[in-house]
Amino acid sequence: MDTNNNKPVKKMMLILSKATIDNVYACFILANGARMEGIESEIFFTFFGLEAINKEKLDHLHVATVGNPAMHMPTMLGGLPGMEALATKMMKNEMEKLDIPPIDEFLEILSASGTKLWACKLAMDMFHLGKESLIDDLDGVLTVGDFYKRAEGEGTHLLFI
Amino acid sequence: MEKTYAEVSVSVNEEGYLTDLSQWTKEVGNEIAKEEGIEMTDKHWEVINYLQEQYRNEVPLNIRKVGKSGVVSIKEFYALFPNGPLKISSRISGIPKPISCI
Repeated sequence: MDTNNNKPVKKMMLILSKATIDNVYACFILANGARMEGIESEIFFTFFGLEAINKEKLDHLHVATVGNPAMHMPTMLGGLPGMEALATKMMKNEMEKLDIPPIDEFLEILSASGTKLWACKLAMDMFHLGKESLIDDLDGVLTVGDFYKRAEGEGTHLLFI
Repeated sequence: MEKTYAEVSVSVNEEGYLTDLSQWTKEVGNEIAKEEGIEMTDKHWEVINYLQEQYRNEVPLNIRKVGKSGVVSIKEFYALFPNGPLKISSRISGIPKPISCI
């Protein structure tokens, strides 16, 4: 492998800034997939991404039916009451069929796999969130500077979601 | 591709996974484990037996299933086979590399 100068990926630093289900799952699957390949992974939950580790919110995340062209649904229709819940329920059913765990279980799997889970300090202050609102598996609260510090070393990649 | 482990000739693919589980013996598994830098214990073999059983029953494997198996927790699984638990344990088990993203 070294003969053709390939530099292996050693660590994935993922930044999750959104809490629509598709974004959260993309982030979790990438973090878990890294660990499964023997690559380190860490997630920095910032802005709306904090909802994914907020104990009271994480079971109620939705897919966006408005402003999401990939839903192939007229905006007016997507805005009807209950539409997001319905679309979310359908998506969750499909995911369960593929053995994709629900958010809470996925967080447990990530933590047990060695993925580090960090909350963004500034976003917590902005949303008036205390540590007690966040999951018990959280590894800590970081500033952006702390997060970059953790990204040091060869083979680290950062990904913003 | 043919490869010899513990004086047994087995067929493997380009990634080193056995292509025929019936050629597998515990000694073959042990030699593959050595290549992966793993010293096998009873607990390791327990996981290997479970994986082979699931494969024979045509159950697709992923980390969630292993964690719920009652054989090993996810944390223990990573401790037994660091650097890619399902990939490495599957190779030692003589079963194909799992194709799940989970």
